[in-house]
Amino acid sequence: MDTMRDRFAPVVTGMLDEDPRVAVVLAEIGRDGFVEATRRHPDRVINVGIREQLLIGAGAGLALAGMRPVLHTFASFLVERPFEQVKLDLGHQDVGAVLVSAAASYDWPAGGFTHMAPGDVAVLDTLDGWTVHVPGHPDEAETLLRHAVGAGEGKDDKVYVRLSAHSNEQALPVDGERFLTVREGRRGVVVAVGPLLDAVLAATEGLDVTVLYASTVRPFDSAALRGATDAAGADVVLVEPYLAGTSTAAANDALAHVPHRVLGLGVGRRELRRYGQLGEHVAAHGLDAASLRERITGFLR
Amino acid sequence: MTTTTYGFTELPELMGLMTGAEKHGPAATSTLDVLWVLYDRVLRVGPERMEDPERDRFLLSKGHGPMAYYAVLAAKGFLPVEWLPGFGSYDSPLGHHPDRVLVPGAEIGSGSLGHGLPIAVGTALGLRAQGRLDPAVWVLVGDAELDEGSNHEAIAYAGPAGLDRLHTVVIDNSSASHARPGGIAARFEVAGWSAETVDGRDHDALHAAFTTPHPGRPRVVVARVEPKNA
Repeated sequence: MDTMRDRFAPVVTGMLDEDPRVAVVLAEIGRDGFVEATRRHPDRVINVGIREQLLIGAGAGLALAGMRPVLHTFASFLVERPFEQVKLDLGHQDVGAVLVSAAASYDWPAGGFTHMAPGDVAVLDTLDGWTVHVPGHPDEAETLLRHAVGAGEGKDDKVYVRLSAHSNEQALPVDGERFLTVREGRRGVVVAVGPLLDAVLAATEGLDVTVLYASTVRPFDSAALRGATDAAGADVVLVEPYLAGTSTAAANDALAHVPHRVLGLGVGRRELRRYGQLGEHVAAHGLDAASLRERITGFLR
Repeated sequence: MTTTTYGFTELPELMGLMTGAEKHGPAATSTLDVLWVLYDRVLRVGPERMEDPERDRFLLSKGHGPMAYYAVLAAKGFLPVEWLPGFGSYDSPLGHHPDRVLVPGAEIGSGSLGHGLPIAVGTALGLRAQGRLDPAVWVLVGDAELDEGSNHEAIAYAGPAGLDRLHTVVIDNSSASHARPGGIAARFEVAGWSAETVDGRDHDALHAAFTTPHPGRPRVVVARVEPKNA
């Protein structure tokens, strides 16, 4: 199976062909996928070199000039390094862009912590008005990329698409907005985000719990969570492929009208300082099926 | 809204409406002559053209001390003179740093240094990508603002990219703590820009520098004014 990142250049190349307002800005990373697109659209595929502040600033300028910019690099360099540009050049200027990241939380474990960004969604959470897509499968990534680039009538929405090498076996019919109900039960609600759905389904096998699947986490689908807790009770476990607790506040806000409990599972805050393989990092953060089952049953009993 | 038209000699009076005095700090007046020459003689903009995609763009990156900017915008009819006395107050659209969402005529909001030039690069790219080869993009930065690394990313990219509709004005009032080795213009020239340094108070010299052809290259004009701390 190809990866979400493999889909990025072909899908966006198609959008470059179809929509003259679309422009792609790269900072070296990912440029190989756009060789043909650069030949066809030399003014709309822009590689600024290893300059991530310029990547975001130039994206904002493109948007001010009426374009729909797609900005891409690794999550660490896209969200964290030029964060003030994300805050001011997009948010404060009141213009939009589609930020598409690769590498996610631990996609290249041998690369070490310099190329890991488990805090990206939490950092974006300090800003207003961002839509955050966390696809769990390459097919979902394709759907959500199209949704992101075309978002809104004025196409000025601020959208983050988080592409990961971590993936579920099957794609679900995501719509860029709502959580999907994957399983229904009466003894709690587990929200699985993006690539962690397979592990959550395995972990909750035989348990009487509702499983919601979230591939779009901002805006947080409060209605879906409230609806699920009506039948399954207000004990909620969030399982997220980035910093643990990132969506805990959103879940608490959604359930402010009822007594509730929320457990936020995800990537640990402490730097692991390990290399190895993706699966080893998933396990080290307690996000493999066996660890999840232990922690979920410990919380819901 | 008043229909009175204002000239350069009335600008101190307009600035006085904001500060309560006709003497102003260097941060406010260092840009006054450059702004006036641009808005009076160079930029193809106007209050009625702000939705026109073919208009020239002026991006004030150095958003500190914007009284001269507001005075020029008022003089040229972008915003009512009646707004000026409210400068900085809760109900005023005119803050100590400009906000494009609130200020008619402002292309960007600024205050945090080092954002305008990268945004101007993107604006020039966006206009070029749409086949709009006529509009000029202008950005005003300060000499100390050039310390921000984001500007160096933009300078280093724009030259080789041949963004010949991009123009930077550097107001040089010698305010950088560590002067740029080789001088400001040299920094741009090595990156492939067309560069000239002129007296920032000499309107004809500014106009000549602003209108000098620079085919295939972006253009920087370093406008020297009296030192900030002199």
